[in-house]
Amino acid sequence: MDLPTPRGALTETLFGALRSGDDFFAVLSSLPEATPDDAALALWTLHQLHYRDLTGVPEDLEWDPQLLRARAVLERDLEQRLRARYTPPSGVSFTDDLFDWVAEHDGASLATHVHRDATREQVLELTRVRSIYHLMESDPTVWVLPRLGVRAKAGLMELLYDEYGAGNPNRLHHHLFARGMEASGLDASYGTYIDEAPLEVLEQNNAMTLFGLHRRLRGAALGHLASFEATSSLPSRRMVQGLERLGLPQELVDYYAEHIEADAVHEQLAVHVICQALLDEDPRLEADLWFGAFTCLDLEDRFARSMLSRWEIEEAVA
Amino acid sequence: MTIEHPEAILCPGGPMLLRGNHAIEDPDGLAHGTTRPVSAVCRCLKSASLPWCDGTHKVLPAELRPS
Ligand code: FES
Ligand SMILES: [Fe+2]
Ligand SMILES: [Fe+2]
Repeated sequence: MDLPTPRGALTETLFGALRSGDDFFAVLSSLPEATPDDAALALWTLHQLHYRDLTGVPEDLEWDPQLLRARAVLERDLEQRLRARYTPPSGVSFTDDLFDWVAEHDGASLATHVHRDATREQVLELTRVRSIYHLMESDPTVWVLPRLGVRAKAGLMELLYDEYGAGNPNRLHHHLFARGMEASGLDASYGTYIDEAPLEVLEQNNAMTLFGLHRRLRGAALGHLASFEATSSLPSRRMVQGLERLGLPQELVDYYAEHIEADAVHEQLAVHVICQALLDEDPRLEADLWFGAFTCLDLEDRFARSMLSRWEIEEAVA
Repeated sequence: MTIEHPEAILCPGGPMLLRGNHAIEDPDGLAHGTTRPVSAVCRCLKSASLPWCDGTHKVLPAELRPS
């Protein structure tokens, strides 16, 4: 993947240093004054070192101590911001009440807009900016696997096995999305459209990688997973109908059609098997399950509102 | 040390999860084979993808959801 276009002094300095392999003290010193967009793009790019090749950047920088220091500062700021947005629910049990809580907290819905009113151009724009997530899908969650006890680990593997096509690359979810993009005339290589992605997309992806990379945040990672799966089947049905209304390629429709049935399974597995097992292992993680679940809904709501306002659409509610 | 690992799980208010390969016969006698490692069989009978759950149970009034 090519490095993105810088969004400020921090990413300017960081990308220059990544290319030249210079020392990174200048990066550390430009952290404090970074704008939210600049900071989010810097963190997203530092996270990419753990996932894939960046053109012109030596692979061993993945574990460079100064870059890890910069990553830690940016991650701490992100986590503080996410926690500041969150108020814990009271008098609820995660495994009994998550679905009802999600139903009450669902925010602005891009699927509703795509279903009824979106233009072809808007849907293709959405496909490009969402590709930052859909072309990796469950990858950050896989990092949680070795940190779990036996039951939660087996349960998460059971869910992930389906996400990854149960051994068949043609059913692997992020590959289904790549096929949908190609059929729609888009470039499906990872990160191609990062320059179009708003802050909200960067935050969504940064939060998932943050939760996945830190064992301490495994509760948040699995709460996020549960809430993500629990808000997928019904919106995926609306996406299918919207894409069919616009005559978009069958391959793109297929991606969403697969998620209607797959996520009707995954949401139940996530709550009743995986999160239940995690809580049996360590009941103290309930607080972070809720934090992760909230963060998932909140970031999706922020993303939906940013796209709807970009298109000058009155808020569409699910 | 053996951990309970049921082949079927009844989800409160929602589907039945079914692990492994099975065929579900619909009211017309047509058999639908499972295609994924775990499948969700609709119990509210309101799914648009019968016999599989598509999440529709979540928008039903509480009394119409399977117990
Ligand atoms: S049980 Fe989920 S749609 Fe019927
Ligand atoms: Fe998926
Ligand atoms: Fe899923």
